[in-house]
Amino acid sequence: MREVDVSCVTEAVKNLCIEANRYLPEDVREAIQKSIQEEDAPVALGVLKDMVRNYTIAEEEQMPVCQDTGMACIFMEIGQDVHFTGGFLGDAVDEGVRQGYTDGYLRKSVVKDPVRRGNTGDNTPAVLYTEIVPGDRIRITAAPKGFGSENMSAVRMFKPSAGLEGIKDFILETVEKAGANPCPPVILGIGIGGTFDRAALMAKKALLRPVSEHHPDPFYAALETEMLEKINQLGIGPQGYGGKTTALGVNIETMPTHIAGMPCAINISCHVTRHKTVMI
Amino acid sequence: MKKSIRLPLTEELAESLHAGDEVSLTGYLYTSRDAGHKRMCEALAAGESLPFDPSDATIYYVGPSPAAPGQIIGAAGPTTSGRMDAYAPTLMAAGVRGMIGKGGRLPEVTEAIKKYKCIYFGAIGGAGALLSKCIKSCESIAYEDLGAEALRRLYVEDMPLVVIIDTEGNDLYRLGRERYLKEHNKNE
Repeated sequence: MREVDVSCVTEAVKNLCIEANRYLPEDVREAIQKSIQEEDAPVALGVLKDMVRNYTIAEEEQMPVCQDTGMACIFMEIGQDVHFTGGFLGDAVDEGVRQGYTDGYLRKSVVKDPVRRGNTGDNTPAVLYTEIVPGDRIRITAAPKGFGSENMSAVRMFKPSAGLEGIKDFILETVEKAGANPCPPVILGIGIGGTFDRAALMAKKALLRPVSEHHPDPFYAALETEMLEKINQLGIGPQGYGGKTTALGVNIETMPTHIAGMPCAINISCHVTRHKTVMI
Repeated sequence: MKKSIRLPLTEELAESLHAGDEVSLTGYLYTSRDAGHKRMCEALAAGESLPFDPSDATIYYVGPSPAAPGQIIGAAGPTTSGRMDAYAPTLMAAGVRGMIGKGGRLPEVTEAIKKYKCIYFGAIGGAGALLSKCIKSCESIAYEDLGAEALRRLYVEDMPLVVIIDTEGNDLYRLGRERYLKEHNKNE
């Protein structure tokens, strides 16, 4: 048994929230730079170059890449031999978000009630997912998620007979319908299988994977490649101004499902797809 | 070639712009988004005046992140304009001529843009740090209780924008995509 004081979690979450908002991950930077080599629409090319200038300024000036510093999605993989002391884990995570968003001059974008609204003033609560894993380590990832792209996401419960074609059509339809709203070029996190809720969670977790990596199953890896190519033939382009670069990556996660179903969730993320991880 | 334009956005200036034009904008504009728009429209409905003179004014749909010490403003990129669609025609009727945001608008907004000779500009969504550098002054003028959504008056210099919908109702989101697909299919 390893004892971990929850104040360590607060400190880690605080720093992750600030850093994730200021530094765009390397894989996303590389994907934008690669798209500059391949884009041929002039206005689109200017937009992509401005995106590079943007993340460079954010890093130099220590400010958020995007003003929508998101709802703080926190993923924790907790070794089953860990025992937390010094308080409740959920409170410690929220305290980390509170400190990170205040000390890091990040925008407080959370309202206390979905219908009656009213800003909570400190960006809490976090959207916290915990998973028990073997060992005595703790892996914490902060993934601030903006809502321009979150609002364009979709879940559909397919009949199994819809097959692969049904999923492909759904992906293209969702990107097309989203148009310029989610700040393209986008990154798609897609969850196929499980249950209604699990498909959505897989879609969100898929966004944590670098766009340069593929699904371990060659069948789904090929689907990722094919869908990226098809999306980039839609012509929506950076910011919807017309062009080749509509998406930077398609990441699929899968799991077994029920004989009667084929859930599919698509979580759209923007060109400022942020995440940062630390091990304790 | 970028067109340099200086606010206020007069009818004559608006009519000289076309969907797809890249512009570099300088002058005073006002910030407002969801809750601020609701309040402004409620004020107009009650026969009250707005906190600023709407004639030829430009509104930037933005909720910036807080300024750190030494900064004028935090990251300040555009938010999704569609959420302001319910309010935009009322504000255009009151005199507002320019809107800056990102994302598609409803047909009734495009109709109002044509009717009142307005311009809908696109700023790069997600380019909050870059756009922040164009903002040279920032003062809060109303609705401070709304935090990030407070009504602010900004002075911007050389703000990089693209004309999305022009006074004739042409829409870059449709035209840009059509143009790209036409070129692309021709090359194949």
